[in-house]
Order: sequence, then structure tokens, then C-alpha cells
Amino acid sequence: MSIKRFAPALLVAAIAAAPLAQAETTVTIGTVNNGDMVRMQGLSKAFEESNPDIKLKWVVLEENVLRQRLTTDIATQGGQFDVMTIGMYEAPIWGEKGWLVPMDNLPADYNVDDIFPAIRDGLSHDNTLYALPFYGESSMTYYRKDLFEAKGLTMPAQPTWDEVKTFAKAIHDPKAGQYGICLRGKAGWGENMALFTTMGNTFGARWFDEQWKSEFTGEAWTNALTFYVDLLGNYGPPGASSNGFNENLALFNSGKCGMWIDATVAGAFVTDKSQSKVADNVGFTLAPQQVTTKGAGWLWSWGLAIPKSTDAAEAAKKFVLWATSTDYSDLVAKTSGIASIPPGTRKSTYENAEYIAAAPFATKTLESMKAADAKDSTLKPKPYIGVQFAAIPEFQSIASQVGKFVSGALAGSMTVEEALKNAEKVSNREMKRARYFK
Amino acid sequence: MFSIKNKEFLITVVIGALSWLVALLIFFPIFWMFLTSFKTEIDAFATPPTLFFTPTLENYTLINERSDYWHFAWNSVVTSLGSTFIGMVIAIPAAYSMAFFETKRTKTTLLWMLSTKMLPAVGVLVPIYLLFKDFGLLDTKTGLIIIFTLVNLPIMVWMSYTYFKEIPKEILEAGRMDGANVLQEIFKILLPMSKGGLAATVLLSLIFSWNEAFWSLNLTAFEAAPLSALVASYSSPEGLFWAKLSAVSTLACAPILIFGWLCQKQLVRGLSFGAVK
Repeated sequence: MSIKRFAPALLVAAIAAAPLAQAETTVTIGTVNNGDMVRMQGLSKAFEESNPDIKLKWVVLEENVLRQRLTTDIATQGGQFDVMTIGMYEAPIWGEKGWLVPMDNLPADYNVDDIFPAIRDGLSHDNTLYALPFYGESSMTYYRKDLFEAKGLTMPAQPTWDEVKTFAKAIHDPKAGQYGICLRGKAGWGENMALFTTMGNTFGARWFDEQWKSEFTGEAWTNALTFYVDLLGNYGPPGASSNGFNENLALFNSGKCGMWIDATVAGAFVTDKSQSKVADNVGFTLAPQQVTTKGAGWLWSWGLAIPKSTDAAEAAKKFVLWATSTDYSDLVAKTSGIASIPPGTRKSTYENAEYIAAAPFATKTLESMKAADAKDSTLKPKPYIGVQFAAIPEFQSIASQVGKFVSGALAGSMTVEEALKNAEKVSNREMKRARYFK
Repeated sequence: MFSIKNKEFLITVVIGALSWLVALLIFFPIFWMFLTSFKTEIDAFATPPTLFFTPTLENYTLINERSDYWHFAWNSVVTSLGSTFIGMVIAIPAAYSMAFFETKRTKTTLLWMLSTKMLPAVGVLVPIYLLFKDFGLLDTKTGLIIIFTLVNLPIMVWMSYTYFKEIPKEILEAGRMDGANVLQEIFKILLPMSKGGLAATVLLSLIFSWNEAFWSLNLTAFEAAPLSALVASYSSPEGLFWAKLSAVSTLACAPILIFGWLCQKQLVRGLSFGAVK
């Protein structure tokens, strides 16, 4: 048989097959290097198997690098990413600018009403959702039940900061390598300023008054910073001003911290026996209050958003819906255990008795999430949305600088008064420059 | 009282000891990174740091499962070699003209070229990003080769210029008298005479391109991402990551370290070329 006989048939077959070969859509996902996201990357093979026409490509980066990378791309409409992992800070700002595809017309079986309203609101602008939440978190108090028992102390359901100080003093034993309390001290708007802002909220402070002016030199912030420096300086670990989430996690897991106030996602790490020496002795309670309970625990969520510059919006949405669905949670439960499902986004997760039993931190996580309100997180009225941040474009720059002053006060390189004076100066200068006031 | 011989011996010993100390200080972070890559995350984070531990390969296994190392390594090889080759093709004629046909603006031009290295890269990120977007160069190896070439070109021109200046003009003139044209002058006289220095330039350019992180992170996503981007993907704001980061850094550094070690003679010879004349 001559090949010539088959040539026309081969040509027709090739032409017919060409669209099929081209039909594969590549979806590039930019995400942050967190345990839950890495697990999603591993499990995404299941998505590719059920959607053979979609190929996923992953760009996993550290939070700050990712934030800068995504901001450059979306601001220039670079189109490098089809799915972006963004937080509650970016979603409303980028949504307002028209950079993101609205997450509307969601299928009924996605059950968007199952998502916590506070999380949904935080990822929305003008009641339009711009990112679907992958996981959510608040902050809470972790404490060592064994040390408390040994000293005859009882942790209240929501301690005051004064009580926390009393407890820290009682269990602080630096000679034995045992520190009363570990808190974030490393400068950064997502590091020390997340914790210090929630502390400030409970002391009656706010980032801006109704005219967008700073109140750093006021009584509330002065009390908060004086307390923070005193508490961490006297009963914290050495070099606390360079400790962030990871450093404190390592200290707590190695049994060196009596108390630790940080993200609720840490619950999974401190109770994991493969990485924590104190897994069986961890107690959980709400983040401390002081003159008010408002804004005591922060509110954050990582969500998946689709930039307008994508050329694969349909495939990207298919992936985002899958990754944030209850089906995905079921897949995680099946492969990694029920305690590993992405926390803090769906009510149904906390209605699942099996999850509550497997995750000892779940009940307090739920309570913390319910207590956090991005719109009402300060004693006095505020013009911004956000518990531990203000959802305005200028905040990132201001809070990064203020974070350095707070860290400087903790390290002793400047006084509390100097730090707050500098913070007020920087904040008012930036806000004035951005024409929030004249 | 010391005799002169004893004094000389003592000086040699002190200098030798200091050299070893400096070398150890420089090598220690690499050694520690290598060591940490075989620890568990808890051991890696332990205070005080543990020197003796049960080694594990779990970090390397995890990296192998999670990332396609060879994809990133191949991108590093292509972009480093490509940018070095193009850079040398531009730098050699540029340095030749500046070294042997000097004008009153040569020094100013050289300084101006070098001054571009003093500009913070982030200052031109957005214009370059927009240019790359318009020319379809984002996340392409071609784009990275272009940017690496541009970034390293001032150093390559400067180094080549310095080595060419060591060669007496008369030798080239003699070649010209014998009928050599410009290309023959460069390829048959200049390059063989300065090959030690040029080898050092090539090696340095390769190392700089291999280690470059800012542009690699900002101008690539997945397709063209080199090893420096892979390393960045293992740093984490939540959870323990030092051991994994050390393992991936070891994997990223290993090829260029081995290459540098194999070429160290040429590198040292090139860098000290003309220094003792």
C-alpha cells in the first residue's frame, strides 16, 4: 500500500485534530507558600484528571515576594497569572479599581451562603465578591495547660491584657529557658503590626479618626505601646523584636513559651505531634481584651481571584470554584485527614462533628472568627474597613514604617514616645500627600 | 630575640592562619546550609543549634515531589550561557575600541556604563515590565537572556577593557604591519593574549547570571523561571521551612559551585592578570 493513498486522510485527520490539540488551556496560578496552598498544589492533579483540557502551572512564592510580583503584574495588566492568591487587604482595593473579574453567577451547588459573612464581606467591594476564600483565620491565645496547672492559674474565656501580664509573670523562668509570653516583634505590616493593631484596638485606639488623621500620640496608643514593650521586654524571649510568626511558632513548639497570641491557623501546627513537643498540653482561648473586646482578634483570609488581564477566565474560574468548594475539603479530609481541611471559611466545616473532634482548636477558631468584625473593630468610630489593617492603598507603606518604630521601641533603640511621635508624623504625612486631608 | 628567619616564619604562619580563618568564615554559611538540608524542620529550628543529628533525605525527596528541578536548572543553564555569550560578543569589540582607540570621552563612557549598576533595579521595574509585556518577552528565556546581558554588560566591558589595556599597542601594530585585518587582530592576537582575563570575565558573568534573583522573580512566572525563582518558592511566612529552603538552596548552588571549583585556577589567574606587572 502506498502512503500516497493515505495522505489525504492523514491530512484531514491532522486538521480535525488540530483544534483538539490546541483546546488545552493553561492556567497559571500565583500562590503563597503556606502549608494549605502546597497541599492544594499536590491535590490539583485530581482537578487536572477531571478536566483534561486544563493544564495548571504553579508559581509558589513567599508572601511578600508574591504580593510585589502580583501587584506589578496586575497594575501593568501583564497577564502573567490567571489565578492570583490575594488577601482581604488587596481584594476590595483591586476590585474597586476594576482589576479583578467579579465572582458572580456562582453555581447553586457551590453554596456561597455557607461562607462566613465576615469573610465574604472582607473579600468584596460594594457587595460584589472579587475573590473566593481558600482559608480564613483570626487570632487567639495559645497557652500551656501544664504550666498553668503547676502554678494554680486558670485561663478565663477571654483574658484581659492585664491578666495575661500576671500569668506571664508567674510562669516566666528564663533560667530554665521558659518565657512567660511570645508575641510578634519583627517589623512588618503583616508581622508585628497585625498583633499590635489588635492590641491597640482593645486599648481603645484606632488607626485614623473620622478625618483620616492619626492618633498615635494619644492616650490609647501610648498605653498600648507602653504595655507591649513592658510585657514583651520583661516576660518575653530574648531578641523578641526579631521574632515573627515562624520564630514564635518554633519557640512555642519547643516548649519555651508559656503563652502565645497569634493566628488561629497555628492551632494545626502546635497540636501536630510531629513538630510540637507540647502538642498534648496546649490550651486555646480568645485573644485578650482590655478596655473593649472590639477588634481583639484579627480577621484575614487568603482568597483566589481572577485578574481581568487573563486570557483563560473560564478555565481559571473552574479551578477557583473547585479549590474553594466543599468537594475540595472532602478530598483533603480523605487524603490528609479531616483536621487538615482549609479552616475558617465555611460554616459547614464547623457543623461537622468529626472535624470538631479531630481539631481541638476548631471551637475557639470559630468563636474568634465570629467575634471579628472588619467594619466594627474599634471603640471609637473609624472611617476604614479592616481589623488589623485599613483597606486603603496607603496603609501598606504607612504600617511598614510604623512597624519599624514599634519594633525599635521594643528593641530599646527609641523610647515609646519617640516611636509614637514618628509614627504619627509618617502617617499624617502620607495621608496628607494622598489628599485624604489638606 | 627572633632572628629574621623566625620572624619571616611567624609572619607566614600568621598570614596563613588569617587566610584560613577568612576562608572558613566565608565557607561557613555554605557548610551550615548543606548541613541544615539534612535536618528535620524541628532540628533546623532548634536553639541552641544542633551539630550532631540523625541525617534525613526527606527534604530532598519533598523537593523532588513538589518541584520539577530540571525544568528550573535547564532555564538557569540556558539563560546564564546565553547572556554570557551575547554579552561577550558585545563586550569584546566595545572594550577593544575603547582600549586601543581611546578618545577623550572613553573614560566618561566607561564610568557612565558602570553607573547604571548603581541604579536600584526596582526603580526601573515598571518601565521594563511594560516593555517586556509589549514585546511579548514576559516569562520567556529570551527576555531573561536580554536582561541578564544588559545587567552584566558594564562589568564585562570594564573587565575586558582592563585586560586589553595590559596588552602593548605595539603588538597589535606589528600584526597590522603584517597585514592582519581587524577581525584577525582580535581573534588571532588579542583574544589569545588575554584569554586568562576573558575566561575570568566569562566565569563571573556566568556566576552573576546564575545567582540573579530580582529580575528572575519579577519577569518570569513558570516557563522561564530559573533556579533562583525555585529557591524563593520555598521561603514561607507560616510554618517551618529552613530545612527545605536549605535543601533547595544546596541544589541551586551545587552546579555553579562545582563549576567554580573546577575553574578556580582560571578564575584566580584571570582576576590577578596583570596585577604583578
